[in-house]
Amino acid sequence: MDVLYFAWVRERIGLPRETVETRAETVRDLVDELRRREGRYDLAFSDTRALRVAVDQELCDFDAPLAGAREVAFFPPMTGG
Amino acid sequence: MDIRVQESAFDLGAETNAFAARQRGMGAIVTFTGVVRDLDDAPLRHMQIEHYPGMTERALRKIAEDAAERWPLGDALIIHRHGRLAPDDLIMMVATAARHRRDAFEAAMFLMDYLKSRAPFWKKEETAHGAAWVAAQQVDEDALEVWEMPSASRTRSGFS
Repeated sequence: MDVLYFAWVRERIGLPRETVETRAETVRDLVDELRRREGRYDLAFSDTRALRVAVDQELCDFDAPLAGAREVAFFPPMTGG
Repeated sequence: MDIRVQESAFDLGAETNAFAARQRGMGAIVTFTGVVRDLDDAPLRHMQIEHYPGMTERALRKIAEDAAERWPLGDALIIHRHGRLAPDDLIMMVATAARHRRDAFEAAMFLMDYLKSRAPFWKKEETAHGAAWVAAQQVDEDALEVWEMPSASRTRSGFS
């Protein structure tokens, strides 16, 4: 699936998007997998309360299932307007 | 309903006139415009606005549709820019049209409150001291709770 990063999450991880092979069942499982990869992921995901997540472009929570998901995006709280 | 996400500047007067000209039987048109504001401590050089192409348009459309379900709107317009902006540049505008002003005002407030915290935009401020992401404010999150209270089924408390 495609994993996208925005704003300071993108800056900490160092790339805007990547394709990830995963069997993670929930967003939280995917976060745990990513954190185990490298320090920059661990740092970016160290406090998930400071993060928001969208699965297939819909906001959801970290317990959301990933079955059938094509795109997961992580970003800080939004500041539009 | 007209939703636009764009890098280029927009003409506030022309957009407002065009929006007004295409309404029929609407007694009230409300517009709001967001502007790049200078900072208190150091002069702002630029504001960088990042967004999530695809999700941004979907989120804005959903917010506008929710507003049209709550208030009897004739029409709604949202224009939001992204990219690199300078102080005093226009960032975004909303316009609402309704038969009566209260509906137009409340729907415009609702659009602003939701697009502030639920549309995937992120602002970064660049000054002589460096660049920093703008933090979301709790007060903006609290504003949504008012709209989600059951008693606010039609009107925001305080207006009714």
